[in-house]
Parts: sequence; structure tokens; C-alpha cells
Amino acid sequence: MTRPGRELHPGAWWTWALGLAACASATTNPWLLVLLVLAAGVVVVLRRGDAPWALGFRYYAYLALLVIVLRVFFHAVLGGDQGAPYWLDLPSVPLPEWAAGVRLLGPVSASTVLSGLYEGMRLAAILLCVGAANTLANPRRLLASLPPALYEVGTALVVALTVFPQLVESVQRVRTARRLRGDAGTGVRALRRLVVPVLEDALERSMTLAAGMDTRGYGRSGDRTRGQRVVTGALLLAGLVGVGIGAYAVLDPTTPGLLGGWMLALGVLLAAGGLVSAGRRVRRTRYRPPQWHPADLAVAACGVLVAVGVQLVAQSDPLVVNPPLGDLPTITLPALALVLVALAPAVLAPPPPLDAAAPADEPARPQGALR
Amino acid sequence: MIELRRVGFRHLDHDGRPDGDWVLRDVDLTVEEGELVLVAGRTGVGKSTLLGTLNGLVPHFTGGELVGDVLVDGTSIRRTPPRELAHLVGSVSQDPLAGFVTDSVEEELAYGMEQLGLAPATMRRRVEETLDLLGLAGLRSRSLRSLSGGQQQRVAIGSVLTMHPRVLVLDEPTSALDPTAAEDVLGTLRRLVEDLGLTVVVAEHRMERVVPFADTLVVVEPGGRVRSGDPARLLQDSPVAPPIVQLGRLAGWDPLPLSVRDARRRLGGLRGRLGELPPADLPTVPGEVLLRARDVSVAYGARVAVDRVGLELRAGEVTALMGRNGSGKSSLLWALQGTGRRRSGRVDVDGRDPHDLSSSEARRMVGLVPQTASDLLYLETVDEECAAADHQASAPAGTCRALLDRLAPGVPGDHHPRDLSEGQRLSLVLAIALSARPRVLLLDEPTRGLDYAGKDALAGVLQDLARDGHAVVVATHDVEFVAEVADRVVVLAGGEVVSSGDVVQVLAESPAFSPQVSKVLGEGWLTVPQVRDALEGMS
Repeated sequence: MTRPGRELHPGAWWTWALGLAACASATTNPWLLVLLVLAAGVVVVLRRGDAPWALGFRYYAYLALLVIVLRVFFHAVLGGDQGAPYWLDLPSVPLPEWAAGVRLLGPVSASTVLSGLYEGMRLAAILLCVGAANTLANPRRLLASLPPALYEVGTALVVALTVFPQLVESVQRVRTARRLRGDAGTGVRALRRLVVPVLEDALERSMTLAAGMDTRGYGRSGDRTRGQRVVTGALLLAGLVGVGIGAYAVLDPTTPGLLGGWMLALGVLLAAGGLVSAGRRVRRTRYRPPQWHPADLAVAACGVLVAVGVQLVAQSDPLVVNPPLGDLPTITLPALALVLVALAPAVLAPPPPLDAAAPADEPARPQGALR
Repeated sequence: MIELRRVGFRHLDHDGRPDGDWVLRDVDLTVEEGELVLVAGRTGVGKSTLLGTLNGLVPHFTGGELVGDVLVDGTSIRRTPPRELAHLVGSVSQDPLAGFVTDSVEEELAYGMEQLGLAPATMRRRVEETLDLLGLAGLRSRSLRSLSGGQQQRVAIGSVLTMHPRVLVLDEPTSALDPTAAEDVLGTLRRLVEDLGLTVVVAEHRMERVVPFADTLVVVEPGGRVRSGDPARLLQDSPVAPPIVQLGRLAGWDPLPLSVRDARRRLGGLRGRLGELPPADLPTVPGEVLLRARDVSVAYGARVAVDRVGLELRAGEVTALMGRNGSGKSSLLWALQGTGRRRSGRVDVDGRDPHDLSSSEARRMVGLVPQTASDLLYLETVDEECAAADHQASAPAGTCRALLDRLAPGVPGDHHPRDLSEGQRLSLVLAIALSARPRVLLLDEPTRGLDYAGKDALAGVLQDLARDGHAVVVATHDVEFVAEVADRVVVLAGGEVVSSGDVVQVLAESPAFSPQVSKVLGEGWLTVPQVRDALEGMS
């Protein structure tokens, strides 16, 4: 199968990954979590490009492992007594009166460790899903598909992404140059020798960049009245508060249902209104914005399907989604189907365009002679 | 197209009071549509300020006080910020990489049009046209950082051309480029003027490349006054002049020749007066070998930057290291100094290898002035830097200052190193390197940002150092500077030595490396002073 490589719409990858994350957050079944993470991993390996950001999945995996270990550790050390059987009998540390409800050490039961493990795995799975999105989607293209009102923020982030490698290069160059002045000394003075030239360099560069952007028309804007600005600001702020409260309510099952769904919807609506209002003044256009093709839609749909599917499974087989600690967790066919859907983008998405850099026809300029 | 009416400019301090003298004063200038204007002048006289008034960066971005008025296509820049002029004036800076906003060629070309709010179909068409016009089509999806210097500068030009400006302003567009890449960029400019009828204003140190096709020359003089007019007439007494013009002045040609071809056609009389024989260079007495390098290789991962280079540096000799951008010059210098990495080979200074020594011992054997000389400076005043240098070199107090006074007399001690001129800052770093008393001195691209007089001064300093028994190596792109200062030339390509030998012989071998004087007078003649000496010797 020789399909031409193409970068998927970053929104598609993010929808898929967030769908998987939503599914992971809804379950503590270790089998399901492991399978979900595996599915995400397979898609990452098959569909990531060769850009710098695409090589970071490993670090998310390390972080996820750390999360699990920490979670189990704290559960064992601080977690409540959940009854026999006990695995390890640690002496309990008596705590003063005001710390009632907190337990330090004491006997460690199997269920304490298991619940720590399951929750740690859930957190780790969510983390890995976000990591997968970061690995698969080009962050710059994601920024390019932001609504026009967020253009300034997007530009600032793009510039930061560009400047960061330059800063690293500048640090390396100055560190080497420093040795030309003899032994570097230690402590604050040595740091100063490094920091002063690097900061001066960075400042000079940012002034050049700012001047360059100014002469190229950045910030050309139509006129807006004060009233319009106030309305836009108010809409955005109210929307943010609404989305915040709504999201909290949806995720925390103890809040009344009315607050959750409706608040979230209202918040989204207000925020959208604010963005439209802010975007109206913008007279910019986009050169070749990322577009939604059938494959992109299919990948996004997979994410939505997984997120919705897990809720359905939870209603029909609650014990599969949230297995009791005492028994060996089981998995059913519908749950396995979810994993298959999560895995589908490995086939649905077109392969990434590998090696964005065409063969060099002129020698590349050395990026500082010292690396 | 452009009209400056009694323009003056000066900086203001924090309290809004004038800070220093006028940078520009009483400038009257008119540029017609489709003209190519070359702005020249000594380093730091206000060329950049003059260019800045054309795109509105002065005073809107820099601050300061602007008097008089600047009209571009009838629009006064006093009331219009740079961004609202973007469709009218395109600006290209010295360091293209620092001005790039996006990360790929295509997006960079489109960026300005996005700001103007052009329709997507128009943007697509103009990007394609510009890719073809500048010969960038093969690079469209490349990352900007992976391009060579010349390619980057062409992208920077393209990124303003897509906005279809009426005026193009370029501030030293080729100062960081090797001769071939510079030729490439200037050739592009010439085509833009001829094919598109663009009005181009360019400041350029290497005047010899632009003068032949400039319609108007604008000379900015110290004190901020400006003279403008026909290049051949103005160059008769301009403080900066390319070698060919200096030759013309010497020979008394009128009008002055502006290109090598002009000069060759007027040659007759001069050739006769000089006689057939090229002047015999004083046979340089080869001193002792101070540094001997054998099979030095440097590699970054899989990329080999320097490939088994052997080199001998003798006392009393200035060696020029040439080669295009990325040919391994810097890597070789750093490897010789001992601080840079080295994959294999040996460097022998006084029976020891600087690579095995601590950095403070290595700098006593070999001194290095890096490409960005200011990386070495981190203190607030020149005096503090000098004191720190004495301390680091365990030299008696005042050593560095004495060296500095010899290299560049009169550098104020209480100034911040960043406020010095390029030449003064270079001298300061050179003095710091010399205060450790190394016998071997390496300089990486020291002529960046220096004008003709600054280069002459530097050449004098380097030759003095050689006479004192130092071995000096200069890595540079500047052919005229090499002709003036070097005894030997080593040319690198792809990390290997492709030719090496006496300066006359190497420079004559390849047309890309021959200085203007030698193109006119033929092999053997390298610099204007040589010709002057020959003429004086005859009379």
C-alpha cells in the first residue's frame, strides 16, 4: 500500500488522544488500561514523523512509570487500612490528635496496594494518551489552526519554539568560549560569565525579531472601540469560569448533574462567543491552513467512539469497568472492541511524510561550529 | 518614490533629553522609482539609522527624536508605524535567521501576506512566483535552519517580496556570507531592479560588488551629513572606497572605474608605468615552527567537519584560512586551540598538545578570538574586563590595557563593551587573548562588520604581531583582506585542504579568490599599496 505521506490535522490526533484519555479516566480495570496504552503506543510507533517533538514518547513512558511507583508508595505509606489480608506489617507512627484521619505507615494490606496500583495506572494511561497526541501532532500546525482571536498567543508560542533551540546553542557556544579566558572559576561568578552573554544575545535576537515582525506587518489591526473590547473580555472570562466549573462538575460524580452538563455547555457557548467577537477585528488570512480530510475525521471519530463507548460499557457491565479489589479483574468482548477502535488509527491514518528535509543540494550552514 | 526633507535624528536618554550628537543632520535626499541606491560610510556613522527612517523603525521602534519628514510614496513615516508601511517597504536585515518568524521556507514566504490579509488564492500564487523568481523551488518545505547562509538571505528577501512592496531596504545583506553566496544574493538584487523595477536601497560594506550597478551613491559622513549623487563622481573623495576605485585614484583616471572591466579598458598607461615585472615580495624568512598539526580530524556525529588536515605554523607568518561557509574553518581553529573537539590527530606546540592541557594552560600556548567575539565579554566596563584578563592570565596589572592601547588607542575605560564599535570590541577581545602571551594566535572571521579603514588597521596589527614572532592564522571570506595581510593561504573544502601555499600563488590560481587589483593588473599584483609603492619607487 503506497499512500503518499501526509500530516494529519493536529485536531484529529488530539481528539483521538483525548477520547482515549477520557476512556482511561473512566476505568480502573488494569487489563483495559494496559490494552489502551498499548494501542496508543502502537499508533505512535507506526504514525509518528521524524521531527524532534516526535521522539519524546519515551519520556512520557518514564514519567508514567514514575507516577505508578509514587502512587503505590504513597498508598502503602499513607493510605487507610482497608482490611486483611495484610502483606507487610509496618509499625504505625502515632500522629497527634489534629491529624486524625491521616495514617502514617502501619500494616499494608493487599487491597491498599492494588487500589494504589490501579489508580496509578489510570493516571499513567491519561498521561500517555496526552503524550501520544504531543508526539503525533505537529505543535506548530496545531497553533496554526487556532481561532483567529488566539493568533497573538499562537505567534508567541511559535516564536518561543523557535527561540529555544537558539538559546541552547547560544549557551553551548558561550560555555566553550568561556574556556578561552582560562579556568572558569566556580559558583556565582562562573554562572555570571555564562548568563550575561547568553542573555545579551537573546535580548538582541528578540529585538531583531520584533523589529522584523513589525516591518512585516505584524499587529496591523483594524480599529475597535473600548465597548467592543470590554464585551469580548467579559464573554471570554465568563466562558472560562463556566467551562472550569462545568468540567469539575462533570468529572466529580458527587455534584448534582444539573450543574455539570449545563454549566459546561453554557461556558463553551460564552467562550465561543468571546472568540468570535475577538476574531471579528482580525483582518489576517491563513496560508494553507490544515484541512479535515476523511481520514482525519475517521481518526477523530475513533476517539469520540472510545470515550462514549466506555460509558455504555460502564452501564452494562459496571464490574468490568471498575473491578472490585478482591477478585481478579475480568474483561469482556465490548471492552475489547473499545481497544480495537482505539487502535484503528494505526491503519486509518496516512503514514507521516518522512524526512521533511529534501536532500541538501548545498552544504548546510553549520549551526555554530561547536556542538 | 522616497523623499527625505531636512531629516535629523538623535537619541534621547531616559528623561527625554538629547543623548549625544545628531546621528543624522539636515539630510535631503530624493530617490526616484526603480533606482538602486547604495548607502556607504564608515562603520557606525548612521547608515542603519538612515535605512531605518525609510521603513519607520526609526523612530517608532528605536525611540529618539526625528526632525524633518520622510515621505515614502507620498506617505509620511512620522505618523505611520512600520506595520502599516509593510505593504510599501520591505526590509531585509543582516542576520536573516534572527528575523525568521516561522520554520519552513513556504510559511516564511507567506507570513507577511497573512498579516496583510490577502486572499488564500493570491497567497498561493505569489508564493509560487517568488519561489521561482529566487530559485528556491527545490527548498520549499525545508526547515529554515537547515539552509545555507546564502539561501537563508534569499528566503528573507523573498519573504518581503511576496508583499509586493514598492521599495526594498537591505541593511548589509551579505556581511555574513562567503564570496559565492554573496554574489548569489547580489545577483538576485540586480535582477529584481532590472525585471521588477523595484526601488532598492542597500547598505553594503563590500562596495565593490554593488557599485558597478548602483544608480546613486549616498555617503553618510561622520557628523551625520549625507552626500548623494553619481557613484563615479562621489567616490573621488569618499572616505570609503573599494580597491578598484583606490587604484583609479592612484592612477589618476577620470571618470573613476567602477568595475573590473572598466579598469581593464583604461589600463594601457598604467601598465607601462609599472613595467612588466610584478614586484618581488620580500622573501619572508621562515621562522621556527611554532605549531605542527598532523592528521587532525573533527566530526560531529556522522558528519566529518575536518578531515585529516596537516598544518605547520611558523613564527612571523600570517596564514589565511579560506573556504566557503561550513567548510570546516572554525572547527579546525577550535581543534588547533585545544578547546574544540577533535576525533583524531595530533597538535604539537612546544612539544605539548594543547588538547591535553587545562584550558588556562592551553590559552598560554594558543590564543583564539572566536567568531562572536562578544561571547568572551561579561563585565560592565572595559577596565573591569582588562583587570579580569590580567588576573586570569596571572599577568602584571595593566598588561591587557597596554595591549589594548597598542591595538586600538583611546578606547574609553568606563564604557560598556557592548557600546564599543565593532573594531574596538574586536581589539579588546584580541588584547584579552594576547594577555596570556600565546605565541600562536587564531582569529575566526575578524573582519565582520569592519569597513575598509578598520580592516587596514587590523591588518597592520596582525602584521606587527607576526613581526614580533607570533604565528597568526585568520579564517576569513574576505579576499581583499587576505591579499593585504597574509603570507600563506590554506583553502579548505569539505574539511580537506584543497590548496595551500604562498598567497600570490593561491590567490592567482582561482578566479573566485582573486582580489580586484589582481583581476585588473594580472598575476602578482594583489593590493593597492603594492601598486603605490611600485609607482613611488619608479619616480
